[in-house]
Amino acid sequence: MDFSPIPNELPAMWEGMQLTLKMTVLGVLGGVLFGTLLALLRLSHNRLLAGIATGYVNIFRSIPLLLVIIWFYLAVPFVLRWITGADTPVGAFASCLTAFIMFEAAFFCEIVRAGIQSIPRGQVSAAQALGMSYGQSMRLVILPQAFRKMTPLLLQQSIILFQDTSLVYSVGLMDFLNTARSRGDNIGQPHEFLIFAGLVYFLISFAASRLVKHLQKRLAV
Amino acid sequence: MISIDKVSKWYGDFQVLTDCTTQVQKGEVVVVCGPSGSGKSTLIKCINALEPFQKGDIAVDGVSLANPKTDLPKLRARVGMVFQHFELFPHLSIIDNLTIAPVKVLGRDKTEAVAKGHQLLERVGLKDHASKHPGQLSGGQQQRVAIARALAMDPIVMLFDEPTSALDPEMVNEVLDVMVQLAQEGMTMMCVTHEMGFARKVASRVIFMDQGKIIEDCAKESFFGDTTARSERAQQFLAKILQH
Repeated sequence: MDFSPIPNELPAMWEGMQLTLKMTVLGVLGGVLFGTLLALLRLSHNRLLAGIATGYVNIFRSIPLLLVIIWFYLAVPFVLRWITGADTPVGAFASCLTAFIMFEAAFFCEIVRAGIQSIPRGQVSAAQALGMSYGQSMRLVILPQAFRKMTPLLLQQSIILFQDTSLVYSVGLMDFLNTARSRGDNIGQPHEFLIFAGLVYFLISFAASRLVKHLQKRLAV
Repeated sequence: MISIDKVSKWYGDFQVLTDCTTQVQKGEVVVVCGPSGSGKSTLIKCINALEPFQKGDIAVDGVSLANPKTDLPKLRARVGMVFQHFELFPHLSIIDNLTIAPVKVLGRDKTEAVAKGHQLLERVGLKDHASKHPGQLSGGQQQRVAIARALAMDPIVMLFDEPTSALDPEMVNEVLDVMVQLAQEGMTMMCVTHEMGFARKVASRVIFMDQGKIIEDCAKESFFGDTTARSERAQQFLAKILQH
């Protein structure tokens, strides 16, 4: 085992890590936003809307993420061409991000839905009794409380996404893992680089996970 | 002010309200009592459309609830409501609880709303608690905040749904004192409560409900004075709760 070439490759791997982090943060933000919308649809009294959202969640929870990434990689340029009528290059990053948002939204939807349902019904009544519209009572009263309750779960899911972003190697994106792997291959020491990559994922995920536990205790008070 | 006309309501096959008819005039304090499950809470929640009803109509200040064109949020903004379990917003400070609806619903100026909020807190005896959160207050204090929150909207009528039944006995009076004061200032009120002392002190009329029907609806003096003229069911009920 010879780990000595690794320091030289750190700048390149940092580039890869930036892509990984960017993908994670944007994926979580988009996923939570879209997931919240799905949760509101699932909880709506409109059977059709609730049915569509439920179907969406069931589909995306039943297929592998890798498949979604590849599908979107192939489908997004095609769909855009169909809409705009011209070739619209989007690049692997955008199509992967779309895939993550669509996929994660299904999971975030369930977390948000459980969060909303955990708020006592009386809170909705109180908000309504003060003259708030449905939108206002959600935005000002229900969602702020629900998000506070589900922050630990949302963060836990984000840590999973942080690890899952490594699947972008399948469409050739140079994220942290893919960069480490290719550098190791080039130098001829793939094992050392993969061990190093694993260590980095572990340290970040574990530290984040501990942070979430700590937060959970504080929020529980 | 409030006119309830032959209101009936069902949960599935079960009828919770049957042909309820009564009125509340401006400045009146009407106490609604009756055994649990008699429909009194349901009836009061129908008045600001928190509960739908299937037959009859309710008009608040001339605005019909059965009319599908009625803007319900706008109507509710004019009707104050106090709940059994307070339902303060736990993620907001006390003063924010008092200002959120005036600012967001009525579009009032934030500084004015805060000033008015402090006035109301002083009125219910809690001016030092403005920056606390609901969880830091006792039940009685929370309920007084809830009353202040409803008053912050300058309601034309106040509805109380068993405001003291979730409280420790020693906190009941501090809430009732605020309600008595409010009644004496001329606020139109409809209160679901078992506090007969409160009813005797400030009620203009008492309504007795059983099994979804309004059985008695009469002036306070005759309700408490001439009990032999009351229905058998009301007599039984009164005998039980007036015993002690």
